[in-house]
Amino acid sequence: MLSISNLHATVADKPILKGLSLTINAGEIHAIMGPNGAGKSTLGYTLAGRPGYQVTAGGAQFDGQDLLALDAHERAAAGLFLGFQYPVEIPGVSNVQFLRESLNAQRKLRGEPPLSGADFLKVARAQADAMGMDLDMLKRPVNVGFSGGEKKRNEMVQMGILNPKLALLDETDSGLDIDALRIVGEGINRIMRKPDKAVLLITHYQRLLDYVQPDFVHVLADGKIVRSGGPELALELERDGYKDLAA
Amino acid sequence: MTALPTRRDEAWRYADLEAVARLWPLPAPERILVPAGESFARAIVQDKGGIHQIDLVLEAGAEAAIHVLNCSGDYGRIELNVTLHEGADFTLGAAQIGGDAQTLEIITTVTHAEPKATSRQMVRSVLAGQATGTYLGKVAVAHGAQQTDSEQSVKAMLLDRTATANAKPELEIFADDVKCAHGCAIGELDPMALFYLQSRGLTPADAQTLLLQAFIAEVFEGAMDQEALQARALAQLGALA
Repeated sequence: MLSISNLHATVADKPILKGLSLTINAGEIHAIMGPNGAGKSTLGYTLAGRPGYQVTAGGAQFDGQDLLALDAHERAAAGLFLGFQYPVEIPGVSNVQFLRESLNAQRKLRGEPPLSGADFLKVARAQADAMGMDLDMLKRPVNVGFSGGEKKRNEMVQMGILNPKLALLDETDSGLDIDALRIVGEGINRIMRKPDKAVLLITHYQRLLDYVQPDFVHVLADGKIVRSGGPELALELERDGYKDLAA
Repeated sequence: MTALPTRRDEAWRYADLEAVARLWPLPAPERILVPAGESFARAIVQDKGGIHQIDLVLEAGAEAAIHVLNCSGDYGRIELNVTLHEGADFTLGAAQIGGDAQTLEIITTVTHAEPKATSRQMVRSVLAGQATGTYLGKVAVAHGAQQTDSEQSVKAMLLDRTATANAKPELEIFADDVKCAHGCAIGELDPMALFYLQSRGLTPADAQTLLLQAFIAEVFEGAMDQEALQARALAQLGALA
């Protein structure tokens, strides 16, 4: 589904990704762990098409398309979803309006008919219910006045509504208390653990992986993947830290 | 005023003086008197350019709400000269939306002539290209006009570094028991917010329009013709994207 080869990327002329390769197949859940500053968030932003994140070498194929040739909104329509580490507050724009316009913009690019207001609300309500958010919150401005945990839950509601093929979840577990962590973890499984979907979890901690069991765990250090393994690698990192990996 | 204004006239400092010269001499301002205790509402869509001057007098306890969408023509100027008598209430909600080399101006003088009058002005400008948007707003509180309550909120959003916003709330107060709030801010769209919207599937143009729609939304709240004004403003915003 996603095949990244020898990806190099710079931010403000500073090299951050330095030859990262990774293949994710449909039906798989991957976790990327790594020390601060390794380039984990940069990977998510680069794949999602954030302006200012320059690819200087290498490539990424997504579902047979050259991902890097697409604009951010085209990547979304192609089925890519980035869960933000710090979801953005947007005063004055209601969640419902934003998500309906987003979903219909994606459908338009895919040549699908728009969803009516009533049909959209049905989908939105079901997704909000599943994440324990009431519909009133969905009518409020995007993330404004939401707690850290509510923002992350809102990301999962958005993911459920947009129903992507591939989710890149950037520290979706940070800032969550134990109950919220479980709800978010169950949300990821419910929405994304399907044979035709895949997930890349970017995380610092094992605790999210207790709920969302990864098939593969990778260690990102200094802009490339230095080690890959199964779920046991995350436990080893939790125990020993990253200090031995640089060598 | 009979002599053509120059840049030395504060109220004309940022004006397109060549356009002013073509329009000179101006016809007499429109005069509106709202009798004691009555209320008045007007929505003005400035869609042809030119200078529109209004002298508005509110007698005791009268209310007026003026909503303005200043958006068309090379030069569009709305001037309001408002006099408030005891306990009168004045609201202005205005949006200026311009691109290319347009010059758009809202110039107000709100005189609290007697006690206990209230005024609220909210102006939002969205400027692209080489456009200039100006708000000069003077609130004058007369001697003895105690318990005046006035508020000015002025914000401008520049879509290009070549656009210009001028914002000058001005207070002249000759009473000692008054509330005169004023705030002004000029900024650019948050690139992170734009990316967030695009990452969910909105085109860059639609993401920008959605943020701008939110930016100006408040000014038309409670306007007569609110929906028509908002729809018209949205079309103007879409044209800038």
